[in-house]
Amino acid sequence: MTIVIPAAPAPPPRKYGIDFTKPVLYGFAVILCVLILLPLSWLFLYSLTDAKGALTLANFYRLFTESSFYDPLVTTFIIATSSAVICCAVAAPMGWLVARTDLPFSGVIRALVTASFVTPPFLGAIAWEVLAAPNSGLLNKIFRSVTGADQDVHLFNIYSIEGIIFVISCYTFPYVFVLVANSLDRTPGELEDASSILGGGRWYTARRVTIPLVLPALLAGALVAFLQAMTLFGSPAILALPAGFHTMTTKIWSLFQYPPKPELAAAASLPLLILTVFLLRAEHMILGRRGYSVVGGKYGQPRLIPLHGMRWAAFLICVLVLTLPVFLPYAALLNAAFSPVATTFVTFKNATMHNIYFVLFELSAASLALKNTVILGTATATIGTTIAVVIAYVTARQAVTGWRVLGFLATAPIAIPGIVLGVGLFLSYTRPPFVLYGTLWILLIAFVTIALPSAYQQLQAAFRTIHPELEDASRILGATRLRSLWEITAPLLRTGVIATWCFIFVGVMRELSAAIILFTSETKVISVLIYDLNESGDLGAIAVIGIGMLLITFAVVTAVNRIPGFGNVRFRT
Amino acid sequence: MTNSRISRRDVLVGSSALAIGATFSTRVLSAAPPATAVTPQLIEAAKKEGKAVWYTSIDLPIAEKVGKAFEAKYPGIAVRVERSGAERVFQRLGQEYASNIHACDVVNSSDASHSIVWKKANLLEAFVPEDVAKFYPAEHKDPDGTFASFRVSLCIIAYNTDLVKKEDAPKSFADLLDPKWKNKLVKAHPSYSGTIMTATFQMARDLGWGYFEQLAKQNVMQVQSSADPPKRLSIGERAVMADGNEYNIFEMGEKGGPVAPVYATEGSPLIVGPTSVFKQAPNPNAAKLFTAFCFTPECQQLIIDQGGLRSVHPQAKDKPGRTPFKDVKVMKDDPAGVEASSDEIKQKYAKIFKV
Repeated sequence: MTIVIPAAPAPPPRKYGIDFTKPVLYGFAVILCVLILLPLSWLFLYSLTDAKGALTLANFYRLFTESSFYDPLVTTFIIATSSAVICCAVAAPMGWLVARTDLPFSGVIRALVTASFVTPPFLGAIAWEVLAAPNSGLLNKIFRSVTGADQDVHLFNIYSIEGIIFVISCYTFPYVFVLVANSLDRTPGELEDASSILGGGRWYTARRVTIPLVLPALLAGALVAFLQAMTLFGSPAILALPAGFHTMTTKIWSLFQYPPKPELAAAASLPLLILTVFLLRAEHMILGRRGYSVVGGKYGQPRLIPLHGMRWAAFLICVLVLTLPVFLPYAALLNAAFSPVATTFVTFKNATMHNIYFVLFELSAASLALKNTVILGTATATIGTTIAVVIAYVTARQAVTGWRVLGFLATAPIAIPGIVLGVGLFLSYTRPPFVLYGTLWILLIAFVTIALPSAYQQLQAAFRTIHPELEDASRILGATRLRSLWEITAPLLRTGVIATWCFIFVGVMRELSAAIILFTSETKVISVLIYDLNESGDLGAIAVIGIGMLLITFAVVTAVNRIPGFGNVRFRT
Repeated sequence: MTNSRISRRDVLVGSSALAIGATFSTRVLSAAPPATAVTPQLIEAAKKEGKAVWYTSIDLPIAEKVGKAFEAKYPGIAVRVERSGAERVFQRLGQEYASNIHACDVVNSSDASHSIVWKKANLLEAFVPEDVAKFYPAEHKDPDGTFASFRVSLCIIAYNTDLVKKEDAPKSFADLLDPKWKNKLVKAHPSYSGTIMTATFQMARDLGWGYFEQLAKQNVMQVQSSADPPKRLSIGERAVMADGNEYNIFEMGEKGGPVAPVYATEGSPLIVGPTSVFKQAPNPNAAKLFTAFCFTPECQQLIIDQGGLRSVHPQAKDKPGRTPFKDVKVMKDDPAGVEASSDEIKQKYAKIFKV
């Protein structure tokens, strides 16, 4: 018997397997380090040098003494704070209604939130320009024709700080909604049952049990909304510049215009970076405490609170709110696509196919931009998902020493606003040995880096749902780590992986803030093309491209929705 | 990036005087390269390349029309229009060349000073199309053959005829400072648009920066491209444009849009848009063929008739109904002057208008 055992095939491959795993994982760690540390190092270095390369603090001095720099900083802070507050005020009740009450058609509400989530914020901003520009805006026109008010009178002015806050909130509140709704979905019903059994009424239970449990998620949502609003480039560039003021992101971008001042751009990027890191630490502390709410075995389905007569009223209010980010802007885009002038109402008489013809047959930059976007979307989604799967596996199973570092590195890019990453990558890859500027590679690096944190978190969540016992069984029966991964874990993980892939793909279509710094004429993407068209005021063409972009996005999202089990994973950011 | 910055500074320090000198004196000293005819060999070689990339700042629909007209004449050669504001195009080209990216075949800028910079940096090919050699007036072509005026236009005031009665319309730049135009003006940006850069230079020179300081108090809507104020005007977003393209106003007005031009009594800034072939063009033959096409009476007539632009080709005919050039009071253009002060203009402008 003892002679037979060494001949058994099990031990050697096992040893081989472990040896093979580690280099792969360390390889990934190195890649992540390069991805993140290289641009950040250049950013720091540049912020501390002058145009000739000598060390100086002058950039920071200018940043905090010249009003053209600190005014945008203050404006950004106002916008981000207000947006975060509005997002919470809207998203929290809506998330609660959808997750915890017998709201009719709650699936429709979730779908509409998804629609506003996948709408590129810059497209929403342009659509709202068409709707609420003070004089030509469709809503203001309706208002004037209904009330008979004078031409000078307007109801809305989108070119204002309030307008920007509104538009940013429209496309940021889904982040809060998802965190709140997911948290409520996961909160065990037993806790509420306990409260009820002990005599607490429904509202008492909601107030004393449910809301405290969901509060950490709400605070985390507020921080995410704040960060989103702070780091967005497209919406402020479209709405703030016409009104005559800058935000931090548009200011950084303007420092890249001729004559470029990368040192100042780098210095101006750092406050965004530092604030983001600080806020994420705060979020981590808050979320860290949330642990107690989800610990438990198999929970009972949370009980739905009956709304009685308020059911339909609540549904109507939700739909009305969602009119703002979804129905109205989409209607405005459709109108603009078929109208001879973007802000004229389409009638049977004036409807035109001119814009569609222009985009399809005359706009010579469109096909290259579409090709680049599809290539980048596919490549980013594939590479990003692969990296995220490996790292999520390592951290979920604690497979190698140092797994914490890998997890941290994969999450770290979340602290780097897109435009800051763009500046950092530009500084890193326009010089030897890595001259990547002008190729799709630099955009690929940017997009993978931006996509990694949420992809990683989604897949980590997916791994948690697969019990390690299954893998352990496979390992005990002699399979190597890689083999059990391939034969046991991978099939179980498939839906999660596909969902993440699509999530990244959609994210690439939305990305503007890094692309606007990194593109060249040969590597233009759709989002940049739309931004270019906006600068020359070609709203009809934007409407057509935007609708095309949304159709692609919805096709991808719908395809994923058909796959069972996706619903929960989709939004975990 | 570093390269382009150095070259720009070099020009700033060394040679605005030299550049002016070059424009006027080298005609005698240096022989312009001989005109290049469009030969079957050139067409064949261009067809092999199959495409030309055109960086321009002309309003996109017009640029695409020029591209399509070329494609119709020379099937098999696609024109890709890379359209952005002239100052943006200039920055992009600088950034691309600094990284050794040579994607641009032909460039057409609405800021004539760019040609001076590119020529100084030795980036431009000496290429003289036959039409330019035969017909173009000397002041509209580089004596060394690196550029010629593809288009000429004006930067003007205009108003929306639904919102403003003709008798109430402003007559001069000074009129725009009237409090009644507060919140009603739209204007474009000199850091984006070459037209506005050129116009801002001429207006600051002739009217003084004080004009802009007062204009900023009118709460103007600030857009980027000089093609955008006409569009905002036509949709009624603002009643009057303080600056913008004359050619868009022509084109829109003739299609029935509610816009009308105003030629300011102080004079309207003159905008000259030269076209050049890049030495390191990736498609050198297609670049030449396309550039030759741009200066033909055929293409010049197209940009007049469909684009509303003006031409210095003597065979191109003005479109009836448009105010002829000779009846307009024009501010004097001075590319070398713009070249020397463009950075300063951008800074001053950003300070006054806050963006």
